[in-house]
Amino acid sequence: MIRADGVSFDYGARRVLDDVSLSVSAGRRVGVLGPNGSGKTTLLKLLAGLLAPTRGQVTFDGQATAGLDRRTLARRLAVVPQDTQLAFDYTVLEIVLMGRYPHLQAFQLEGPADIEIARRALAATGTAGLEGRSFRTLSGGERQRVVMAAALAQFDPAPAAGEADAARVLLLDEPTSSLDLAFQLETAALLERLNRERGTTIVVCTHDLNFAAGLCHELVLLREGRVAAAGPTETVLTPATIGAVYDVVADVHRHAALGRLTVVPLARMTKDRLS
Amino acid sequence: MTGVSTVASVSAAPGGDLRRRVRMVQIGFGALAAAVCLIAPLLGPTAINLRQVFDPAIPFADNVDAQIFFIARLPRALAGALVGASLAAAGVVLQALLRNPLATPFTLGVSAGASLGAMLVITLGFPLALAGIPAVPVASFAGALGAVAIVYWLATMRRQGLSTNVLLLAGVTLNSLFSAIILFVQYLADFTQSFQAVRWVMGNLDVSSYGPILSALPPMGLAFAAFARLPRALNLLTLGADSAAARGVDVLRTQRLAFLSASLATGAAVALGGPIGFIGIIIPHLVRLLLGADHRLVLPASAGLGAAFLVTCDVAARTLLSPMELPVGIITALLGGPFFLWLLVRNR
Repeated sequence: MIRADGVSFDYGARRVLDDVSLSVSAGRRVGVLGPNGSGKTTLLKLLAGLLAPTRGQVTFDGQATAGLDRRTLARRLAVVPQDTQLAFDYTVLEIVLMGRYPHLQAFQLEGPADIEIARRALAATGTAGLEGRSFRTLSGGERQRVVMAAALAQFDPAPAAGEADAARVLLLDEPTSSLDLAFQLETAALLERLNRERGTTIVVCTHDLNFAAGLCHELVLLREGRVAAAGPTETVLTPATIGAVYDVVADVHRHAALGRLTVVPLARMTKDRLS
Repeated sequence: MTGVSTVASVSAAPGGDLRRRVRMVQIGFGALAAAVCLIAPLLGPTAINLRQVFDPAIPFADNVDAQIFFIARLPRALAGALVGASLAAAGVVLQALLRNPLATPFTLGVSAGASLGAMLVITLGFPLALAGIPAVPVASFAGALGAVAIVYWLATMRRQGLSTNVLLLAGVTLNSLFSAIILFVQYLADFTQSFQAVRWVMGNLDVSSYGPILSALPPMGLAFAAFARLPRALNLLTLGADSAAARGVDVLRTQRLAFLSASLATGAAVALGGPIGFIGIIIPHLVRLLLGADHRLVLPASAGLGAAFLVTCDVAARTLLSPMELPVGIITALLGGPFFLWLLVRNR
């Protein structure tokens, strides 16, 4: 449902992304991996339509993202940034209600229905108890989940039970970077559940290989602004590709209890860099 | 920030009544401003009686109290209300636009441009009125618009979109540049002109007719019409431009509307009352302390409280050392400075 075709992006004279193509099918969980500075966040912003590509095109359901009305797009595509810093202090409920922006007319105020949707989104992310708290007093993990709730509140209402619905996309930038182990697991479980129960398409930028291995059906590995490898997690996540992308010798094996791939970085590859 | 968070949590607790709260804030702070405007003209060296002012039995020509009220003192109160409301609301809008609670209506160079315009007219000895229109306010309004145009041009020239960083830096730089030119012009001026200029910069609401008020109304009305459209988008801008855009906000349009309308209101306010400081920063802060950060509440409440506060300060300016009159800018700074420091210390 989201496609990037030959997308390049320049920040000034510096090329951050170079001829990147990828396709995210509805209902999938896709991870974008790569070292720092490989262009993950820029790619996410391009997919969300927050940046316009220097070359190439990003499409959402076949339509160029650049030409779509922002409000229409926002009802189906939501972004959870790495970090949210507020200039002024809002309560948690106020933050989540801001997700209702694309559903309200110019002078319309949020009504009981919007508050109900916001409360359900809080419940879905396990933050219902924080409703009246000041956002600034929350821990990093709590903030992350509140912002995720705001993103959920943004979507059009979920269809009736059993009805297929793959029309919505959640884009997340480094969702686990500020979280402790328990919250990392919880975030993975939450995203997995959203995808399974509501069919929400998940695109997640991360450099946490094990988080991605556990969550994602497909991976796109970026290195220096180019796609180094892409495909199903099982085929992409190999010692060879990890070595090529991260310059790291890694052991990839299937975890006996979990039944999924696990990456253990062993050593840094220094030969290439020294030569 | 314990005080702030308790107030905020109380205000957000019953979710369904936002509509009622917005209406209560609009009516409450509007009534406060109106009441202050009605009481202020009663106070002064000559005591007058409200009942007699509105006594229909006495014809206006014979009603001295009504004459003092409507001719001598009411224009001044109304001017104070308009200037106070404009500066406080412009402060709210610019703080949200720049995502910086320390921004003021004068941060982006509007007041420096206005001062330069006024200063040039005063020292170059233009006639004080051209075809019945006083030259100083016209020149200061033109100076404000000139500064706005320069800052806006700088902030938009580098790439598509509006860079709030450039906006801030250009505004601050323009402020010092214009201040230097103002000092230079003053250095060349003679004693009387220099005295007049200094007096103008102190801020003064000595408006003795309805003419200046009427000419300030169109730009202020336009600005407030724009302000009415902004609050929800300003809330989202608080999260950052990208987050706002991802939630469906047309960020560039909002930023443009916010910058231009706040500048217009500030320019008109400075043309009417001179660069009166502190209102644009203490009033929004005080209101956020009372009502939380939702701009749908903060913006109307700040306008009302700003009006009431400035009219009150002006009464103090007129009466404290009566018959001598203090520049109102001194009063707002004397009250506002310590209050602001208290806020800072209290919230640690």
